[in-house]
Formats: sequence, C-alpha cells, structure tokens
Amino acid sequence: MSKNVLSNIDLSAIRQQFPILDRQVKGKQLVYLDNAATTQKPKAVIDTLTDYYSRYNANIHRGIHTLAEEATIAYESTREKVRGFINAKHVEEIIFTRGTTESINLVANSWGRSQLKEGDEIIISTLEHHSNIVPWQLIAKEKGANLRVVPIGDNGEFLFDEYLKLLSANTRMVSVVHASNALGVINPVKQIIEAAHRMGALVMVDGAQSTVHLDIDVQDLQADFFAFSGHKVYGPTGVGVLYGKKEILESMPPFQGGGEMIREVSFKETTFNELPYKFEAGTPNIADTIALGSALDLITSIGKLNIRHHEDELLAYATNALLSIESLRIMGNTPNKVSVCSFVIDGVHPQDIGILLDNQGIAVRTGHHCTQPLMARLGIPGTTRASFAMYNTFEEIDILIAGIQKVIRMMK
Amino acid sequence: MNGKPSISVIESEIVDEFALFDNWEDKYEYIIDMGKKLPLLSDADKRPENKIRGCQSTVWMVSEYIDGRVWFQADSDAVIVKGLISMLIRVLSGQTATEIIEADMRFIDKIGMSTHLAQTRSNGLRSMIKQMKLDAMAWQAKTTK
Repeated sequence: MSKNVLSNIDLSAIRQQFPILDRQVKGKQLVYLDNAATTQKPKAVIDTLTDYYSRYNANIHRGIHTLAEEATIAYESTREKVRGFINAKHVEEIIFTRGTTESINLVANSWGRSQLKEGDEIIISTLEHHSNIVPWQLIAKEKGANLRVVPIGDNGEFLFDEYLKLLSANTRMVSVVHASNALGVINPVKQIIEAAHRMGALVMVDGAQSTVHLDIDVQDLQADFFAFSGHKVYGPTGVGVLYGKKEILESMPPFQGGGEMIREVSFKETTFNELPYKFEAGTPNIADTIALGSALDLITSIGKLNIRHHEDELLAYATNALLSIESLRIMGNTPNKVSVCSFVIDGVHPQDIGILLDNQGIAVRTGHHCTQPLMARLGIPGTTRASFAMYNTFEEIDILIAGIQKVIRMMK
Repeated sequence: MNGKPSISVIESEIVDEFALFDNWEDKYEYIIDMGKKLPLLSDADKRPENKIRGCQSTVWMVSEYIDGRVWFQADSDAVIVKGLISMLIRVLSGQTATEIIEADMRFIDKIGMSTHLAQTRSNGLRSMIKQMKLDAMAWQAKTTK
C-alpha cells in the first residue's frame, strides 16, 4: 500500500527541481535515501553556480569594479538569508566556514585555546559524530581539560538527569548534537542550554542534521554557537555556517590568519578586521556560498513546516513498514526524531544489505556513521540507515521495503 | 608441482562460472554461497593484528608458508566480503610467493566485480589483495635470507 497525496506540498513539482532524481542506477530508477549524508541539489542551486561563474565571478569585498561589487552583494545577501533562516539577531554573527566540522574546529581552537585551563570540563554526549568529539579531545589534551560524556538510554535518548549530574562549576563548554546523524533522535537542546547557562557554561549545538528538518531559532534556543553544513540543506559542498553570539565572537581570537581577516598589517603588529571577517581568512568559497542562498530560498518558499510535515509522514510510514519485517530492529526509538531510520537485521551485516540494495538502485548508508562510540554503546558494528528528504515519496519507501525483503531472501 | 592449478587456470575457471549468470541476483547468490562455505577462522586467529584495515566489515586473514607456497585463511563478519575473499583464496592460496606478488587479478574485472575494488572506505577487496601480496612478500623475504 502506498499513498502520495500530500497535505501542503506538491511533490512532483519538488522532484522536478532535482535533476539527479531522474537518474538510473544499475538499470533501475534511483531511490536516493542517503540524505543524512548529503542532500541532492535543486536546479536553482546548480543554476546559481553556473550563473556566478558565467556572469560575475570576481574576488569580493575590496574590488572596485562592477563584477566584484555584484559578487560581494550576492555573497553578503546569503549571510543575511542565513541570519533569517536561523533567526540570529545580527548578520555579523554568521560566519562562513567549510562546513560543520570546520565550524566546531573553529570554536574548539579559538575559544578553547584562549579560554580553557587545566581541570576545566567539556561535556559532549554519546550520540556525537566524530567531528564533535575529536576537536574537543585535541584541545582538551592540549589544555589539560577533561571531556565528560553524557550517556544515552537503550532507545538512543539523551539521559537528561545524567547530564545534570555531570554539570558542575568546572563545566566550561557543552557541545551537543541537535539531531543524531546515526539514529535521528532529537536532543532537548533548549533545556540542555538552559541548564548549562545556569552553571555559567557555554553551549555549542551541532545542527548538521537538524537544520534541514527543524525550525531553527538560535535566539529562542539561546545557543552560544550553532553550526551547520550547506550540503545537508540542499546547498553545495564546501560551505558551512558558524553562528556565534556577537559578544562571545568578539572576545575570541582569530582562528586562521591571512587576507580578509586583517585590518592593518605591519611586520610588528597586525590588527584584525571586525566580525564576521575576523574569522574568514583568505578568499572565501564565494560561488558555493551564493548558491547556498538559493537552497535556503527554495526551502523557505516551500515552507519548513510543510517539509517537516511531509518528512514526519515519511518517517511514520517507513517506521511501520520496516517494523513489519521480521528480525529487523530500529535503532533509536524516541517520540521525537528527524526523518532517519537506522536499523539492524539479525544475522545480516549492514555492508551486505548496502551492497544488495545498491544493486536494486537504492542508495542507503551502512556502517558506523562516524559515531563509533555510539555503535559501541549500542553493541553493534553498524547499522543500515535510510534517511528521507522533502523529495522522497511513499512509493520509494515501498521500494526500499521490497528491496530489504529481497536482501533477506538472498541471504537465507 | 603440488597439483594446484596455476593462477591463470583458476581465474579462467571462475570467469567461466560467472559467464553462466545473466542477472545480478544469481551472481551475488553465488558469492553469498561461497561466503557461507568458507571455512571459519578460529577465535584465536581473530586477533587485532590479523585484521585488515580499510574494510567496512571486519576481515581477519592469516597466512602460512609450507614447502615454498603461501596458504591463506580468512574470515569476515559480512557474507559478501567472505564470498569475495573465498575467491581470492581459491586463486592465490597455495601458489608461490612470486606468483602471488605478480598476479594481476584481472579476473575481478572480467566477472563484473571491479566496483568492489573502488577506493572507497566501504570496499575492502583492494585491501585484501594488498594484504595477501604483502604477506607473500614477507614470507619471501623471510625464506630467502
């Protein structure tokens, strides 16, 4: 059984905007369910990239000529779009990076190196992606600080009481994932932030998975830092965002040195540019940043609530259908999830599932999802993960289910 | 001679077997079947130092050197990978170190499995072949001292 009537979005119109969805893989129509790894790109993004390189490619900010001015305006207009998208108060609180990983590294290196001292504590959770573990491990080791880890329950839920027990006067930073890439579970970041602030600690939110699915309001969350990647919100790879509260960013030293980020340089001393440029050394990723703006425009025009509604329906439909398969277990069972279904099938290795689904044109992700400590906690080597985007259909979930049943038959 | 056919003879046998399949399902079911039939490694051999890096699944491999020939045994927690290892063992195990080092393994392309050689983190076939050749080199170095 499948259904395809959607409440408020025109699915076929949306699919038409993503040229890659017409592709055949191994002689079958592509069913792309690896959206948590990267989303596909709409025509608007592809066209923006072509238009930039065809009409107004120039280095930004200091050029006096027309192309430089047009490129600068387009680049800075994306900054304003990002500000609106996550409801930051000031546009200079938006810093462009290469992605979530670089955003976290920026905070760990700039804030961490200047602020942390021996005995300080950084709290993360068991759900973290390696990119929200390793930067903190490195800086903690350098500064003699300690990393504390909030445990999770068997359903992947963040154990809030355990978190409260870990918070102390030594806690300087809490860095947590908003929505788990491996399981899809959504963490109560607003409450996490409130509790941290009561202890005087700052909070960094890894929004790599949440930003495309959830309405993000950094002022409402009171997040001190929030990071996300362009390529997971239908934008290009190689561009990401770090949001930081203005007063905190102003107090932080630069992350990298180079052009763009300076005010004046002599061999004796350099004075640094103001926000956000202080943190954007070198020629930025101009084309991809401008194209990220087009991706955000598309999301806004369809409406995040409409998208969320559709993705919630896909998630519920897929969850029910998957659970009807004997010997299949879904990892991450909380009432509040983004559209990610991570599962294991007893006696079948995820890699075998991935290979056999690929032969049916179905793209899923298998393995540890860069969350090895989480997989160790769950006692599994990895999972198979199907993750849904706004362009996915109920028919595609039916194809996935039939595909999995075929895998099980073949493995018997 | 120990009665073991040469690498090229075994390779063409495998190519002939795969020529019988006209769809991917049959091909993979054959590989799965080979994977299931591969003798298991003992737990004692599943030591960290016998693990091959670069595979999404865990692959363990051990080799020994008997009468001038290198013999391999391997295991994995994923069945398709085990099937692929089983083919590699069928071709390379029991050959001389020199033959193993020089084997071009072109049959993998001929049976349509070259995607498993791709340099992504999820495919370990390339790592397995590399490890088998490294083991052969190590045995050769040890025995020609």
